[in-house]
Amino acid sequence: MSARAADAKQGWVWQLLVLLAVGSGVLAVVLAHGLAGRAHWSAFLALALALVVTMQACRRTARLRPSNPASQRLADLIVPLLFGAAILVTWEVLCVAVGVPTVLLPAPSLIAARVATSLPTLGADFVQTVIRAAIPGWSMGCLAGFAVALLCDRFDFLRRGLMPIGNFISALPIIGIAPILVMWFGFDWQSKAAVVVVMTFFPMLVNTVAGLAAAGHLERDLMRSYGASWLATLVSLRLPAAMPFIFNALKINATLAMIGAIVAEFFGTPVVGMGFRISTEVGRMALDMVWATIAVAAIAGSAFYGLLVLIERKVTFWHPSLRSR
Amino acid sequence: MSAAASSRAVPRKAGSTVPVLVITAMIMAAWYAACLPMNNDLPQLARVTGLAERYQVSWAIERPVLPAPHQIVTELYNSTVGTRLFRETADGVVLNPRNLVFHAWVTLSATLLGFAMGSLLGIVIAIGIVHSRTLSKSLMPWVIISQTIPILAVAPIVIVALGSIGLTGLVPKAIISAYLCFFPVAIGMVKGLLSPDTMQLDLMRTYNGSVAQTFWKLRWPAAVPFLFASLKVAITISLVGAIVGELPTGAQAGLGARLLSGSYFGQTIQIWSALLFAALLAAFLVVAVTLAERLTLKAMGSRP
Repeated sequence: MSARAADAKQGWVWQLLVLLAVGSGVLAVVLAHGLAGRAHWSAFLALALALVVTMQACRRTARLRPSNPASQRLADLIVPLLFGAAILVTWEVLCVAVGVPTVLLPAPSLIAARVATSLPTLGADFVQTVIRAAIPGWSMGCLAGFAVALLCDRFDFLRRGLMPIGNFISALPIIGIAPILVMWFGFDWQSKAAVVVVMTFFPMLVNTVAGLAAAGHLERDLMRSYGASWLATLVSLRLPAAMPFIFNALKINATLAMIGAIVAEFFGTPVVGMGFRISTEVGRMALDMVWATIAVAAIAGSAFYGLLVLIERKVTFWHPSLRSR
Repeated sequence: MSAAASSRAVPRKAGSTVPVLVITAMIMAAWYAACLPMNNDLPQLARVTGLAERYQVSWAIERPVLPAPHQIVTELYNSTVGTRLFRETADGVVLNPRNLVFHAWVTLSATLLGFAMGSLLGIVIAIGIVHSRTLSKSLMPWVIISQTIPILAVAPIVIVALGSIGLTGLVPKAIISAYLCFFPVAIGMVKGLLSPDTMQLDLMRTYNGSVAQTFWKLRWPAAVPFLFASLKVAITISLVGAIVGELPTGAQAGLGARLLSGSYFGQTIQIWSALLFAALLAAFLVVAVTLAERLTLKAMGSRP
């Protein structure tokens, strides 16, 4: 009861601050656009007000200790959102009010408009780079890395020989093989998928081998006392224990796959694809289109990553890092 | 007899030198064997008969689809040791751009500058996040999200945008490297600075230690091992950032430029030798950080 009363007492100040922050942010953007191209003091004043209020709102909200987990989660969501919005508003107001050249930095509104008007192009690029190159390459690389890790686990000689090599190769700038693979597999998506396969193979290998060693001695002894075979031990003990490591590799590889597919396109593509779009539009100084492509890539990358995190929570629900929530 | 008994009593830790050598040899053998099938369609092999002769030719083609390892090493030797390192110009003696060392230096300088900037930024962000609840709630999620987007795709923008305000050459590449390598440092340092447990922090509190004192005497020393683990990751991706940063400017200088010009002109051996040099550079950088780690930890009195 008293906790709820405390919640209520803390309640209205931060809510008011959040509202004020959003309001002054909107005001700053409106002022900047109304006086477009003129560095007018009122826009900057509104921006400064928005930033100060946002800072206070973030501080207040971060300090909240609500009694129920739902409002805690809400507070944990509001703070980064406010922070992100503040950066976006600052970017917008400074770009519009100061009149920053688009070549240097287009305003967010300009990028959003560009995304809206060139959806078909961006969609085709997305299919070419993400659906055709990144995801198949990622799946193949992860599967191959996983399979070789199982082999390494079965044959210790292979593990001792391959692990140092794998660790060494993980530290190399693998992206450099892109021009070679483009020569081997042609300009189209096959070569990009191949780059992604090579880039994602070693993180998966190294992580899975580490994960398969993660099961405790006690549990292994238990399996041995049951007379469990290698396969039974693997399926019912060691693979589940390795899951946090495997998901770690899957998440690292999701980012690597996007990077690999995009950068490989810098070395030659058909006239479609995110990397192609970025490199040609940069050449034509159409920076808003480049930023639009990057926005799509960012959303796709984050969605890919977020999906993996969701699956990970379902699979490794037993892990201490998730149970403590 | 007794030696055998003692070796059975204490199981000798299985080394990995022999397996690594065996597997490396197997990879090399497979590589040499693959040279003929990979290069089979090239005109140089059209009229050669006999397997041994065909292999001999396939290992010495000028622009092969897959060069033999010794061709790569020879090219690397010729373009580093075998080429004059310095050149006399009107401005005095400069590094010779025909020498691969010149390109490696261009890339390395951007890598090191970016690494320094990114690591500093990462450390500062981590200190802020550890000491301010507001920052940890507002900034930390964005630091993590910033890594789920393909950052390297931003490289051309950084190059062009900074180029439009007159910044070219070293600094834009270093900024890309810095952006890539601040993340592992920030994450590792947050972990490290939070690693002292409640007992140790309570002890500092009973001493009435200030925040600064707690930081310098407890948090920072506790974070140093974490820092070096992150620095090893950071220096390798810093190198990747510098190489990719050289792509959009067109092939001017640097290892990335060598890769690009090699792919324009079909100079496969040049690509492979630039790759090998980049690999050696990466290994050298990691070893350097590891050495610094050993020296620092030794000076701090930790035992291996």
